This record gives sequence, C-alpha cells and structure tokens, in this order.
Amino acid sequence: MTSADKQVEAKNRSLWGDVWSQFRTHKGAMVGMVVFSIILFGVTAGPFLWKTDPQYLDIRAKNTFPMISCFFTGSQIAQCFSDPTSIKFFDPDAEVLERIKVTWAHPIGSDQLGRDLLAQLLQGGRVSLAVGMTAMLLSLVLGTVAGVVAGYFKRLDGPIMRLTDLFLALPLLPLLLVIIMLFRDTLRNAFGPETGIFLLIVFIIGITSWMQTARIVRGDVLALKEREFILAANSIGTPSKRIITRHILPNILSPIMVSATLGVATAIITESALSFLGLGFPSDFPTWGRLLFDGTTFIQQSPARVIWPGLAISLTVLSVNFIGDGLRDALDPRIRGR
Amino acid sequence: MLDSAEEPLVRVRDLKMHFPIYKGLMKRQVGAVKAVDGISFDIFEGETLGLVGESGCGKSTVGRCVLRLYDILSGSVVLDGQEIADLNGPDLRAKRPEMQMIFQDPQACLNPRMTVGSIISEPLFEHKKMTKEERRSKVAELMDAVGLARRFADRYPHEFSGGQRQRIGIARALALNPKFIVCDEPIAALDVSIQAQVVNLLEDLQDKLGLTYLFISHDLSMVRHLADRVAVMYLGRFVELAPSETLYTNPQHPYTQALLSAVPHPDPAQAGGVDRIILKGDVPSPAAPPTGCTFHTRCPRAIDICKKDAPEWRQIGDGHFGACHLID
Repeated sequence: MTSADKQVEAKNRSLWGDVWSQFRTHKGAMVGMVVFSIILFGVTAGPFLWKTDPQYLDIRAKNTFPMISCFFTGSQIAQCFSDPTSIKFFDPDAEVLERIKVTWAHPIGSDQLGRDLLAQLLQGGRVSLAVGMTAMLLSLVLGTVAGVVAGYFKRLDGPIMRLTDLFLALPLLPLLLVIIMLFRDTLRNAFGPETGIFLLIVFIIGITSWMQTARIVRGDVLALKEREFILAANSIGTPSKRIITRHILPNILSPIMVSATLGVATAIITESALSFLGLGFPSDFPTWGRLLFDGTTFIQQSPARVIWPGLAISLTVLSVNFIGDGLRDALDPRIRGR
Repeated sequence: MLDSAEEPLVRVRDLKMHFPIYKGLMKRQVGAVKAVDGISFDIFEGETLGLVGESGCGKSTVGRCVLRLYDILSGSVVLDGQEIADLNGPDLRAKRPEMQMIFQDPQACLNPRMTVGSIISEPLFEHKKMTKEERRSKVAELMDAVGLARRFADRYPHEFSGGQRQRIGIARALALNPKFIVCDEPIAALDVSIQAQVVNLLEDLQDKLGLTYLFISHDLSMVRHLADRVAVMYLGRFVELAPSETLYTNPQHPYTQALLSAVPHPDPAQAGGVDRIILKGDVPSPAAPPTGCTFHTRCPRAIDICKKDAPEWRQIGDGHFGACHLID
C-alpha cells in the first residue's frame, strides 16, 4: 500500500461519525439531549426508585406543599430535614403563627386527595411521553407520505390535497366525541382499558394533526421536483420510488424535523385536553396533561401543582426541539464540517 | 444526410414537442408552447453535432426529447437502430444506459445530500449488478478518467468548484459506458478558463471512448471548435444545418448570418470593417409563432412569400441543409 492509498483510507470517516461530531458542536442540542435523557430516565426508572403508589390516597396529608417552601420560611432550614412538621411561620394575612404543611413523604407536594405528586409525575410522564412520541411519529408518517405522494405524482395532487383541506376543516371536537363513543369500548375490550385508550388517543391525535406536515412537505417536494438533479436521476433511469427515497426525502428532512419536534408538544397538549374533557384516560390515571388541568383549580392555594407538570411538559418540548434542531444541522452536509 | 449510406447512431424525424397551456377555472387547454416543431436530423457515430440558437428557441427541449426525458408529441427518435419515441417503463429504462446527459448547471444537477462517490455510482447501482467493492473501484476509475482525485469520493458537491462539479457530472454520465451523450450547455455556467478545461476533457473522452455528442450551446466559437456539424435553431425549428467549416464560412440563412456576425472578434481593430447584422425586436412567442417562415418578423431580407408559406427544409449543398425562400 502506497502512502497515497493510506491517506485515502484515513480520510474515510463514517457518515454517522461525522453526524455525531457535528451534533456535539451544537450546544443547545447537547443540553437538550442531557435534559431529555434525564426526563426519560426519570419516567422509566423513576417509579422503581420512588415506590409510592401514585393512586394511594394519603388523605391526612392532602394538599401538602413541596419541601422547597419549607426552605423559604426562615432560619429553620436544619429543622426542615429533621422534623419539618413542627415548623411554624408567621402568616401575614391571618396574623398568626401557622404550621406549614410539608412532609418528606411527599417531597413535591400532594393533591387534594393526598396522592403523591412526585409519583404521579413520574408515572404520568410515561404515558405522556409515549403518547407524544407515537402520535408524533404517526402524524409525521401520514403527513410525509401524503405530502410526498401529492407533490410527486401530479395526478394525485388534487385529490390528496383536497382531502387534507377536508381534514383541516373538520370540527375536531364532535369528531373526537363520535370516534371515542364508537371505538372506546371495543378497544377496551380488545386491549384492556389502558392500552385500548392509549391506542385510541394516539390514533386520534395522529389522524388529526398530519395536515400541516403534508402541506409543508408537498410544497417542498414540488419545488424539489423541478431541480436538475431529479432530471439527472430520471435520465439515469432511477425509478420513482428510489428517486423519492434517495433524492427527495433526504432533501426535505429539515421541514420534517421541525414539524416532528413541534408535533411532540402538540400531541402532549392535545392528550391533556382530551383527558380534561373526559375523553382520554380515566380520571385516576395520571398523565402530565391531566395533572396540569387538575391543578388549575388549586392554582391559588398551591401553584406547585401546576408548575411541576407544566415544567415537565415545557422541558420535554424544549429539549426535543433543540435535539431536532441539532439533528437537522448535523444531517445537512452543507452545514456539517463548517 | 438523408441519402447517406451509413446508418446514423441517432436518427430524429419530424420531432414535435408542445407544452400545453391551461387556463381558467376549468383548466381548459387554451394553446400550446411549440417548443420543438418538426425537426429532423441524424447524428453519426463518433461525431459531434453542435446545436446553437437564442435562449428559449427550444435547444434544451430537443436534447431532452431525444433522451426521452419528455413524452414527445409526435415524430420518431431512433437510437442505435431502436425506435425509442414510444418506449415506456422498463423498456425505456433498459435503453437509458446507452444515452446520458451532461447538464448546464453543475451545482443544480448534483444532489447536495449525496457524496460524490454515491452520485457517480448511482447509475451503476441502478443498472449493473455489482458488489460494493466493484462499484467503488469503478467510481475510482471514473474519477481518474475525468481528472478528479480519488480521495474526493467521500466529499459533498458543495465542497467543489464549478469545474470540478462539472467533472462529477461528466463522470456520472460516463458510468454506464454510453454511446451517446447530450451536452446541454455544459460550459455556460463556468468561468472561461474552466470552460477550456471541460471542453478539452470532453474532446479527450470522445477520442478515447468513441462517444457521440449532441452539443447544445449558445457559444458559437466553442461550437465551431468542438462540433463536426452544426445546426442552427430558431423558434422550435432548424433553419440551417451544415458541416462546421461550411456553416461558419458560408452561412446561407439570414438568421445564421446575423448570429455569426454577432460573434466577437479577437482583434476588434481588424474586425472594424465587418458589418454587424442587428436583428430588431424580440423572439416571437412560441405559443403563437408567426405564419409562414417564423423568422420573417425579424428577417432583414424578408419578402412577401415569407409571410405566407413556410420554407421547405432542403439540401442546398454538400451536407448543407437550410430552410429559407431566399436560398436558390
């Protein structure tokens, strides 16, 4: 082997190695990935580490405050660790010394029935993340397929885009009511109450949120189709399906990534809205959205009940967004290596 | 050309390509852009046919029709003894390796998300059963042939200069050992110094591999240098076709004369005496071409008959064809 050949071999870095090294230079993406990993670890391993049953009603400890509020009561921080129940603080409204209701049994508080918020948050995250991810994937696949087919095959453009308009124009709530009324019990019987509802919700969110992606993708495909490298592929004799997978899909990655990351957020929120309307998971089954809505009633007394699930949703959405951003940059050869 | 004993590699007869215009609420067809309107020519093996004309006269459309990148309206295209005008699907695909194209814009004709190696090996992947190693070594061979360093195979198109990108495009076109290559203004987007390199490369490859070119360009000097025969096109039709030297020294059609008089001279002082024929007005719309000879609206020597009858395409010399009432 000559030295020139050796140089050739040395230059052969793998594509995914390049992608990873570019991804690592994107600070936001790295932070996002760390945060998302923590959340993911929390919801998967959390319930095994924090063994309190999220459904258990500890009625004597209802409406406890998070432990953090103990540290804001004054100089008795050491007492917070040893015997937090004995701490008293001066309530300026009532003008009396009051006992703060905190306990290490519920480190971030409990709800009006005494259910532990931390356990609920960890348990609920599983459902919310699972719903968010699968619904996003479903709507992404639907939207991309519809968009690519409509953009690439001129004959199907009209029918598919009119179908998209139709879905956009559908009044969602009545539709959801009908779907749930029709299929909830069937699915429950077939897959059990939780899996059945999970499938139903993922399906509903998936088929009602693919339209934006489809429109964006179609537009990009239409523009891309006129580029000369597609003509070049035609002149080579590349069949349509490989033109789509080899030339079109990689080049519309950016809009797909963006709608994917935004889709996770919308899916989590939509799931919570459904639960709120009583159309989603059963009321004793915690999800982040459910916790958020339950907490809004008590926002005056214990804002923590809204802050924790809200924070969890926001952090998830934000970190997924940043990861998507970094991934998009890393997958673009024009940005990579700059 | 029509009575030649030798069988041409490419034989085009009465080629027509009209692009329909749809308008209105019901998308009714209200007319057609007659981009190519009845063209016949032959290209013999190993020769270069130059095709020149103004922007928008249909040069590129001719190239794409001959390669069947469009579904042509009517006419016949015979490549290497096989009629390809009505081929479709797998049959056409099987014919693709014999004919390839080099594109005008080397930036736009390469997928920005693919490495140079995968761009060049795409035709191999589509038409040849090869292992990964075989493909890799073939790509390396092709890159040698067009003067690109082998180590560039893992790079992306945006990392190259215009000339290098055009070489990538040429390597891709050569991958399947085609007989016939349509060069669609391959040098128009390049610097003058790079133009010479690319043209020399094309000439070398023709000598080495016995390629046949249809060389589309609006650079008359470059076509003179490269082409064996030259066809001049105006508004979807050929107006003159002749061996290169004949066309440049003895142009018969008024449009060819006007075009050639516009070629800049290397020594302006010496060229001072040359009369430039300035054409007035714009090229008429190919959607509504003028009656009779399509050139009569701008022709400095037009006579009455030009407005009524379209001139016949006929032989006017040895291998010299033209379509004009004034040629006798």
